[in-house]
Amino acid sequence: MRLVVVALSLAATAAFADDALDARLKALEGELRCLVCQNQTLAESEAPLAADLRKEVRELAQAGKSDDDIRTYLVARYGDFVLYKPPVKPVTYLLWFGPFLLLAGGVAVWLAVLRRRARMPADEAADASTAAAANADVARARELLED
Amino acid sequence: MSDTAMPTNPAQPRKTSNVLRWSLPLAVFAIIVAFLFVGLFRDPREVPSPLIGKPVPSFSLAELHRPDQRLTSADMRGHVWLLNVWASWCVSCREEHPLLVALAKANVVPVIGLAYKDDPADGRKWLASNGDPYRASIVDRDGRVGIDFGVYGVPETFVIDKAGIIRYKQIGPLTAEALDMTILPLVRKLQQS
Repeated sequence: MRLVVVALSLAATAAFADDALDARLKALEGELRCLVCQNQTLAESEAPLAADLRKEVRELAQAGKSDDDIRTYLVARYGDFVLYKPPVKPVTYLLWFGPFLLLAGGVAVWLAVLRRRARMPADEAADASTAAAANADVARARELLED
Repeated sequence: MSDTAMPTNPAQPRKTSNVLRWSLPLAVFAIIVAFLFVGLFRDPREVPSPLIGKPVPSFSLAELHRPDQRLTSADMRGHVWLLNVWASWCVSCREEHPLLVALAKANVVPVIGLAYKDDPADGRKWLASNGDPYRASIVDRDGRVGIDFGVYGVPETFVIDKAGIIRYKQIGPLTAEALDMTILPLVRKLQQS
């Protein structure tokens, strides 16, 4: 009886460890890129290479390698391209900070426009652009009509 | 007199800001177009290999024609050589194969063939019918060595120097242009050093 319990609990912990490993691998493979179908993750892809790499990753994990070790292993062979989340380093600064630069540029333009509008009285602003254009149009229309 | 001078002065900065108003968006647009235009001609499948400048991954693989013999990465020390990764199931390998056969005839540089995830019998048959340009052929049945080389599509060709350092990687089929413009000049340079 006791033996059965021990055996069952051992089997249960083994199964539990397997589940934990599966969950860990799934999370890890979800952030690795398949190089054959480049818009899929290693977890999703059905390419033969992806299957090989999943097998490789599983074996590394079972050998006690950490997620970082596995990432380093793959980066050494395939480059940063395998990572869906590229590391922050000088060549990727533009990638990481470019969007914020663009945002800052947009905000600067917006502020400049706002400030100019505030400096210009509303009717004068209207005069300057729309009214002038409208006047020119009216004048041109009149000219055409009179011909 | 002062009436006529008045409107021109404040109009001056407004004119420059008007120039800015259309030239700045135009400049931004031009930059985006330039990026996209360059992007049109780049192949997203060509991922730069981190192995360039690194030593050849060590391997010891059975030879295709003599399964009892093994070829190791150390065996090629002291030679400039090419490693051509191919497979009998690979369609574009047929495309580059005549170039390899011609290269073997010219006897410029030894080419080692790596049969990637291929049945050795199929590989032998394929070489028998298409010509065998390889100084030696090795079999990577499960693709493990391919992973070490960062292979993600066949064919791929590596240029390796005398010290066993990978100097260049051609992704996809070799072309006459790639051979003449890049690979062979590099091989000659490496052979002289």
